[in-house]
Amino acid sequence: MSALIEACDVRVTFHIRREGDMPWTKPRELQAVAGVDFALNAGETLGIVGESGSGKSTLARALIQMVPATGQVIWQGKTDLLALSPQDMLAYRRDIQMVFQDPLASLNPRMTVGQIIAEPLRTHYSALPPSEVKARVQLTMDRVGLLPNQINRYPHEFSGGQCQRIGIARALIVEPKLLVCDEPVSALDVSIQAQVINLLARLQKELGIAMIFIAHDLSVVKHVSDRVMVMYLGRVVETAAKRDLFAAPQHPYTQALLSAVPIPDPAAERAKVMIPLDGDLPSPMSPPSGCVFRTRCFRAAARCVAEIPTLTGGVACHFPGMMQLAG
Amino acid sequence: MLDVKNLSVSFATNDGTVNAVNGVSFSLERGQTLGIVGESGSGKSQLAFAILGLLAQNGRATGSAKFDGTELIGASPGTLNQIRSNHIAMVFQDPMTSLNPYMRVADQMAEGLIHHKGLSKARAMAECVRMLDAVKIPDAKGRIRLYPHEFSGGMRQRVMIAMSLLCKPDLLIADEPTTALDVTVQAQIMHLLRDLQRDFGMATILITHDLGVIAGFCREVIVLYGGQVMEQAPVEPFFASPTHPYSRGLLHALPRVDQEGAELNSIPGSPPNMTRAQKGCPFQPRCDFAKEDCKARLSPLTEFVPGRKHACNRSIEELA
Repeated sequence: MSALIEACDVRVTFHIRREGDMPWTKPRELQAVAGVDFALNAGETLGIVGESGSGKSTLARALIQMVPATGQVIWQGKTDLLALSPQDMLAYRRDIQMVFQDPLASLNPRMTVGQIIAEPLRTHYSALPPSEVKARVQLTMDRVGLLPNQINRYPHEFSGGQCQRIGIARALIVEPKLLVCDEPVSALDVSIQAQVINLLARLQKELGIAMIFIAHDLSVVKHVSDRVMVMYLGRVVETAAKRDLFAAPQHPYTQALLSAVPIPDPAAERAKVMIPLDGDLPSPMSPPSGCVFRTRCFRAAARCVAEIPTLTGGVACHFPGMMQLAG
Repeated sequence: MLDVKNLSVSFATNDGTVNAVNGVSFSLERGQTLGIVGESGSGKSQLAFAILGLLAQNGRATGSAKFDGTELIGASPGTLNQIRSNHIAMVFQDPMTSLNPYMRVADQMAEGLIHHKGLSKARAMAECVRMLDAVKIPDAKGRIRLYPHEFSGGMRQRVMIAMSLLCKPDLLIADEPTTALDVTVQAQIMHLLRDLQRDFGMATILITHDLGVIAGFCREVIVLYGGQVMEQAPVEPFFASPTHPYSRGLLHALPRVDQEGAELNSIPGSPPNMTRAQKGCPFQPRCDFAKEDCKARLSPLTEFVPGRKHACNRSIEELA
């Protein structure tokens, strides 16, 4: 079986003009996504993690032409999504739906919940009779745990967690094959976050949809994903099955990232070996030569400056392997 | 050193009175680290603002908060300034909005030293550079001339911390100091705070929603919900066996990297609407152990084992 969605060498380049640049100066290039490959099967969940500025959201947006990208995104082994015209893309948008980070900002404040959830139906199934639309809206609301009497309310009357349920309902009503969730729980409180994660996990099992789950919180990603992809400065540094990645991270960045996650257990937190990661993310305008992570890497050597590591065996590093603190 | 008794904060708004904090009491010894954890709207930030006299215009604090015997609630601006300049410092959540974008870092850092301590400009500057070194900003001497926007988020938070430490406070209140930062940067900042806390020996109140951060930094934890203290305990027994139903729910709702998890135990419902006057236990509508009497009243915070307190109508046996 071919993959549901397969990305080959996806690149997103933004052209940045700085204040004070002359009209004839060439705009500078910022590679937000620099050659990403991945494949996702139907019903699977791919978690994408990385710090802010790692290009994880931009990659997700590139898949559905929300930002211009180069490369190939093969849908169901046939169509290249990036080569489609906007009109042709519309048909595929039905199969790929998105849930956004800020639950309130992604809902139109002047539409009622019922109108918001019904809108994708109006776009993609415009011939559907109103009674059928209403029935489907009610079914979807029930599925995500919204009450039937809330259908005529406006988004501002809901809490963050409830708004996220509305966003999920809007995404699910057209029965997509792939759900792209861009930091769906990072704006929510812990107790509400657990509700939304459980909801997404349950819906995915019931409906058999594939999911791309973007988050900066490794513990959340660990909870929902089958496979995890770690990004750094627009590149994939490691990708592996969830169990392998969390049990035996190979890339120094993954190791550092994992060691930085606070554990709610004082004894474990004190016992844990912290891998210091000095400094900040380098500017994506002028990424370091060779391996982009070398400026902050505790294992960096001369080879890392000269040679760009390729993603082999799921890890892009010249010196992969479990951490040894000596040396 | 700090003794808070029955502190309440309310706000007069167009939608009625919002009771953000309802009768919170705790005390803090010199050099101690206290974590205050709660979800948004639990009143954790307003509690800190009330102690420092930083409430918004429509806010009103009642009760008592004594710092080394000086009453802070309702104190004159002069007294508060004296306390804020020499004894209690605060680090805020968002370093970009709490630094003045029009002033060079050097000028805003030195301001306090020159005005409060009467230092000469040159000496104040030297002191600032020394402090930026202490928070591990590389090339402190050169970068002190920069404006806040020229720093990254993590570096800005370091500047904030350096600034708050300049007057050698006895107490540092950090309100979500790492919430806006990436995990790796968060780890750096928490590490730095731990070192500084040890070196300077100041007491610290860490306000956060992240139980993981508290586990690594604090010796004692207070759980706030609906403006009331639900549980107060030293961290080890708290994380090993939280007793209050809300603390338990919170810990079990947390996905963890160090454990293989099945379904998360979410807490049903949502946090209380603080505009309505509360009677009884604020957590009662979401609580598995709630009975009829929880709607009417909530037991005060009681010590059930030495050193551990919680506020719950159910006995320890019933909660087991």
